[in-house]
Amino acid sequence: MTELAAVLDRILIKTLGGVLDGYLYPFILKGMVVTVELALASLAIAIVLGMIGAVAKLSNSRIAKAVAGTYTTLIRGVPGIVLMFIIFFGGQLLVNNIGDLLGWDYIEISEFIAGSATLGFIFGAYMTESFRGGILAVPRGEIEAGYTFGMTAAQVFFRITLPQMVRHALPSFGNNWLVLTKETALVSVIGLQDMVFNASQAGGTTRQPFTFFFVVAVLYLIITAVSKVGLRWADRRYSVGVRRA
Amino acid sequence: MAESAIVVEDLHKSFGALQVLKGISLQANEQDVVSILGSSGSGKSTLLRCINLLETPTSGKVFVHGELIKMREKRPGERVPEDQKQVDRIRSKLAMVFQQFNLWSHMTVLQNVTEAPIHVLKIPKKQALERAEAVLHKVGLYDRKDYYPAHLSGGQQQRAAIARGLAMEPEVILFDEPTSALDPELVGEVLRVMRTLADEGRTMLVVTHEMGFARDVSSRVMFLHQGLVEEDGPPDQIFKQPKSERFRQFLSGSLK
Amino acid sequence: MDLAAITDNIPLYFKGLWVTIQLLVLALACGLVLAVPIAMWATSRNPLIASWPKAFIYFFTGTPLLVQMFILYYGMAQFEAIRESFLWPVFKEAYWCALIAFSLNTAGYTAEILRGAMKQTDFGELDAARSCGMSKGLIYRRIILPSAFRRALPAYGNEVIFMLHGTALAGIITIVDLFGAARIVNSRYFVPFESFVTAAFFYLCLTFLIVWGFKLWEKRWHAHLHPRDA
Repeated sequence: MTELAAVLDRILIKTLGGVLDGYLYPFILKGMVVTVELALASLAIAIVLGMIGAVAKLSNSRIAKAVAGTYTTLIRGVPGIVLMFIIFFGGQLLVNNIGDLLGWDYIEISEFIAGSATLGFIFGAYMTESFRGGILAVPRGEIEAGYTFGMTAAQVFFRITLPQMVRHALPSFGNNWLVLTKETALVSVIGLQDMVFNASQAGGTTRQPFTFFFVVAVLYLIITAVSKVGLRWADRRYSVGVRRA
Repeated sequence: MAESAIVVEDLHKSFGALQVLKGISLQANEQDVVSILGSSGSGKSTLLRCINLLETPTSGKVFVHGELIKMREKRPGERVPEDQKQVDRIRSKLAMVFQQFNLWSHMTVLQNVTEAPIHVLKIPKKQALERAEAVLHKVGLYDRKDYYPAHLSGGQQQRAAIARGLAMEPEVILFDEPTSALDPELVGEVLRVMRTLADEGRTMLVVTHEMGFARDVSSRVMFLHQGLVEEDGPPDQIFKQPKSERFRQFLSGSLK
Repeated sequence: MDLAAITDNIPLYFKGLWVTIQLLVLALACGLVLAVPIAMWATSRNPLIASWPKAFIYFFTGTPLLVQMFILYYGMAQFEAIRESFLWPVFKEAYWCALIAFSLNTAGYTAEILRGAMKQTDFGELDAARSCGMSKGLIYRRIILPSAFRRALPAYGNEVIFMLHGTALAGIITIVDLFGAARIVNSRYFVPFESFVTAAFFYLCLTFLIVWGFKLWEKRWHAHLHPRDA
């Protein structure tokens, strides 16, 4: 990742000249690495929460359904930045209140963990809906066919439902990922040094905020473009055996 | 001699390398009901679409009530209408009924019928409503006037589409296989409406597969084959003594 | 729990609520007005013409709203030409910068939604319109746009909720909207949990209201899609 950033740095310095000299690599591109790492960490959490949420929503347990339903409704009804402040500041307080009771020392939650936990928690709710839709799209008959061949519930889930769910969930999964990468910008507000945070620092010092924010915008477009290529590839891969219109 | 409603002279139409119409001439006088027959791919629908310029002919002339539709060469082999205003004006005098009905799905039957009279002919709303109610009575759909197209059967949709055309008080009605998309039991109600219109003396060009309609209702029948007119004449004559071998084969195929 | 800090500041929250609603309604209105011509422009069959609106859509849907807002609020001051022009009183104010950023952002998303909906127009319905002698402008006004708006309604409902959530970013650049109000309460009394949860509650109510409103709207506008007796 860092080598790639260094190469990008050289290209950008060549094209943009001296304006970004000395700032681009240490600030912006290092920030970009943080942005991408944060997005991937959040995605991992979101996938886990999304799977749990989807299975809970489709389960027969009324409690599981209610919990998952409340989770998705609440999260999707509140702005990400507000949730982030609740979890980051409120969570910090909560952890230390518990720590006080148990006699721990003061615990400082790192911005990266807080940021990825928050984003993962938010996008877990969106992923729940994607995965639920994907599972519902798997033909009921194929699942029944699995049972008639003596597969266990787990076998049916992992061998029949899951592989097909991926294909059906992929479009909305991809859309969530694109929104997630952009939402990472919010962590700059709680002090995590992603590329937006670093751009405002560099922009302030050099008095060229436009230049730096614009470069950051372009870097986001690059992330989006690369993601779209990846998603198209994944779509092709998971659509094997599906007839194209 | 009766006044000519539609005259087509040496019409050609190609889509890329594919020649669909290879020189068709046609004259329909007022009060004529011309049935256009032909197997699929014979170019009969394209001919109809060239008359109201939904497709621009590659070459040839189209006159509507003696008025030539002006076209110009955009680049070699591709012509475009010279005056879009003229085309719009002429289209408002030629109603078209489509195979797939093509009702505007976001409007009720009544709105479909009043839409063009109000916004194209610019007649007062009240008058358009009266006119719409009259034509809906005529096609037997007055009680369905507030339904959306999706809530009607195919036959009802097609009758609504005919009402939409009639509300324009057109000089000629073009029918493009109006019963081909219908379930067999719904064909009759549409043909009955078309027969009423023919009896009123309306000028109609009908692309159809309904031999009964062609024989009993039309004043003239044309048979198209591979982009050319193979047979043309009054129904009595051409159904009894077809001149062309192709038409004979066509008839034996569909008149078992 | 320190609820007194919240109850004492309820008027502040309501003031913030009013600013949030203002920003949302104004941004949506401006965004929609911009989105219609952009979407029409983007459906042009000439790729050279369509590339401009598509670039607009690509930029505003491909970059974070926060960055777009920062470019306007912090970035514009970089240019002397702007600082000395009549535009400066606009770009100097956080409120206007936020409103412009929100409007352009929702214009991008809305244009993309509309473009997709317009492309799905049934060809037969267009043939029917042309065969009645409708002009190009009339066909857009009476057939393409009304049916595209109807198809776009569910996706637009989501966009409105996203925009509501987006307006919270205004609180970052000193505007006292709902989120800004919560930040003020938090900084005065250090009650992060209570202050932001209160704001979250307001946002949740607004979201429910919007969802409910769109349900009603869809019922009216999608009558042609539902079974008649439902």
